[in-house]
Amino acid sequence: MLEQLYFAMEVFLNGLMAGVLYALVALGFVLIFKASGIFNYAQGVMALFSALTLVGIMDGQVPFSHIINATFGTDIHHFGWHVPALFAIFGTVIVMVLFAWIVQRYIFRHLVGQEPIILFMATIGLAYFLEGVGDLMWGSEIKKLDVGLPQGINDTIDQVTYEMFGYGFFIDNLDIVATVVAVLLVIGLVIFAQYSKEGRAMRAVADDHQAALSVGVSLNFIWIMVWSVAGFVALVAGIMWGTKSGVQFSLSLIALKALPVLMLGGFTSIPGAIVGGLIIGVGEKLFEFFMSSSALAGELFGFTISATENWFAYVLALIFLVFRPQGLFGEKIIERV
Amino acid sequence: MLDNSESYVTEDGRTIGGVVMEMKNITLRFGGVVAIKDISFDIREGEIRAIIGPNGAGKSSMLNVISGFYVPQEGEVLFHGKPRPQLRPYEVAQQGIARTFQNIALFEGMTVLDNVMTGRLNKMSSGLLAQAIWRGKAEKEEIENREKAEKIIDFLEIQHIRKTPVSRLPYGLKKRVELARALVSEPSILLLDEPMAGMNVEEKEDMSRFILDVNDEFGTTIALIEHDMGVVMDLSDRVVVMDYGKKIGDGTPSDIRNNQAVIDAYLGVAHD
Ligand SMILES: Nc1ncnc2c1ncn2[C@@H]1O[C@H](COP(=O)(O)OP(=O)(O)OP(=O)(O)O)[C@@H](O)[C@H]1O
Ligand SMILES: [Mg+2]
Repeated sequence: MLEQLYFAMEVFLNGLMAGVLYALVALGFVLIFKASGIFNYAQGVMALFSALTLVGIMDGQVPFSHIINATFGTDIHHFGWHVPALFAIFGTVIVMVLFAWIVQRYIFRHLVGQEPIILFMATIGLAYFLEGVGDLMWGSEIKKLDVGLPQGINDTIDQVTYEMFGYGFFIDNLDIVATVVAVLLVIGLVIFAQYSKEGRAMRAVADDHQAALSVGVSLNFIWIMVWSVAGFVALVAGIMWGTKSGVQFSLSLIALKALPVLMLGGFTSIPGAIVGGLIIGVGEKLFEFFMSSSALAGELFGFTISATENWFAYVLALIFLVFRPQGLFGEKIIERV
Repeated sequence: MLDNSESYVTEDGRTIGGVVMEMKNITLRFGGVVAIKDISFDIREGEIRAIIGPNGAGKSSMLNVISGFYVPQEGEVLFHGKPRPQLRPYEVAQQGIARTFQNIALFEGMTVLDNVMTGRLNKMSSGLLAQAIWRGKAEKEEIENREKAEKIIDFLEIQHIRKTPVSRLPYGLKKRVELARALVSEPSILLLDEPMAGMNVEEKEDMSRFILDVNDEFGTTIALIEHDMGVVMDLSDRVVVMDYGKKIGDGTPSDIRNNQAVIDAYLGVAHD
C-alpha cells in the first residue's frame, strides 16, 4: 500500500510538470485575450511553428526548399551549417516578432471593433494558415530538437528518495528544467507588466482601450508587442515539448489542452492559467493512475479504464463550467465571449 | 478684432495669449447624420473656452475631432499656426493635449493612484533592458512621476481614496480621478467633456474651483463642454455655441447671453 502511495506521489509530481507545459500555452492565450479580446486559437500552432523554425535554423535547413526545388528543378535542402542553439533561439524570436507584426498589420488592424466571434474565426484561419506555412517552409516530418537541455531520469532524486523512503522517484530532468524556465518566465512577465513602461501600457490597454488612447498609448504597438510576447511564450513551450517528444504537427493538437486549462483558470487571469494548467496536469495523471490500476479502481469498481488522459481534462472543465463559468480567477467571461 | 498672435488682459487680470489651436471649416458626417457642419473657431493660449449647445448639437464630436478620435471629412486643424496632419488619438495625447470623456473612461481594474500614474506613461523612458541598465535614471524617473501624481492627487483633494479601486467610486469622484489622470501629464491643452455632468451643487462648485485653479496655477488652456449655464458664464472667457452641428454663436459670455440666435436655440430646450 505504501508502495502505491509513493507511486501516486510520483504520478502527482509528473503531473505537475506536465501541467507546466499546459500552463505555458494557456499563458499565451491569456496574454492576447486580455490585451485585445481576441481568443487566439492559433496559440498552439504558434508553439509548433516556432519549434519548427528553431529546428530549421539550427540545422541550416533551406526554408521552402520543396517549392524551390520543384520550381527550379534544383535539389537543395540544407545550407550545410549548424547554428548554435542560443543564436537559433534569438533568430526564432525575431521570426516570431515579425509574425506578430504581420498578424497585426494585415489581419487584426482591419478587424478592430468587430465581434469577438469574428476575431475568433480569424484566428482559426490563422491557425491553419500558419500550419500550412510551417509545413511548406520546413517540411512535415518529425524532427528532433536538441538545444542542449538535460534529459533523462534525475539520478540524484532517484537515489536520495530511495534512501529516504525505500522508493526511488523517477523525475525527468527535462521536466525540472521546464518548471524552472516556466517559473522564471512568469516572474519575468510579472516584472515586465508591473514596472516597465510597455508593461504598464499593456495593462492599460487590457483594461480600457479608449482610456489607454487618451493617455497616449498606441494600441497597435501594444498589440504587436503582446503577440510577440505570446510568440515568445509559445517558443518556450515549443522547445520543451519538442525536446520531449520531437517537433511534430500533433503538437498543435496537444496544445488544445490549454482550452480546458483556460476554462478552469479563467480567460483573463495569468495566475489562473498557471494554477489551471497544474490542476489539469495533475488531475489527468492521477485519474489515469487511479482508473487504470487494478489494485485501486479494479478493487473498488471491479473494472479499470485506460487512456483517460484523452478526455479527462475536457470533462473536468465541463463540470467546472457548470458550477463556476468564470473560472477560478476569471472575471465575467459571459459578456465577452 | 484681435490678431491671431496678439494677447490681451481680461477684466480679472489674466493674460490670454495668441491662438494655439484653430479649427477651420470642419465638417464631420456619420453616414447621413451631419454632426458638424462647416465650423470654424479658435482657442487661445491660457483661456477657458466653453462649447455649449443642446443635446446632439455636435459638441462631443468637436472635442473628438480635436483629440483625434474622429476624423473630419472636411476642414483642417491648425496647431500653433501649422496645419496638423491627421493624427491618431495617442499621438494627439503625446503632443500635450489631454482629455476626459463624457462617459468617463477610467481603468476600472486599477486603483486611483495607478490610474493617475498612467497619465505619466508618456513621460517614462522605454525598454525594460534600458531600465535595467540605467537603473539609477529609471528610479529617479519613477520617483519623479510618483511625486507628480501625488501632487495632483493632493491638488484635487482625492488623497483619501488614493488606494481605492476606481470601480468602487461614486460618479462624481470618478470624474475627478479622470481629471487628475489628464492633468498629471502636464498638458498644454486640456479638453473636458461635461466635467460636471451628474454632480450635485456642492460637487459642481468644487469642480469649478479646480478648473479655475488649474488654469490659474498651471496656465493650462482649457476647452470644456458644459450644460450648466451658470457654470459656463462663471468659468469661461469665450463661448462657442453649437446647434444641429452648426455654430450659432461665438464670443464672451455676455455676448452670448444677448445673442438672439442662441436664445432661440435654447428656448423650449430642457436643461439640467
Ligand atoms: N460615433 C458615432 N457614430 C454615429 N453617430 C454619431 C457618433 N458620434 C456622434 N454621433 C451623432 O452625431 C451627433 C452629435 O453628437 P454629439 O455626441 O457630438 O452631440 P453632443 O452635442 O455632445 O450631445 P450631448 O449634449 O448629448 O452630449 C448626434 O446626432 C449623434 O448621434
Ligand atoms: Mg456630448
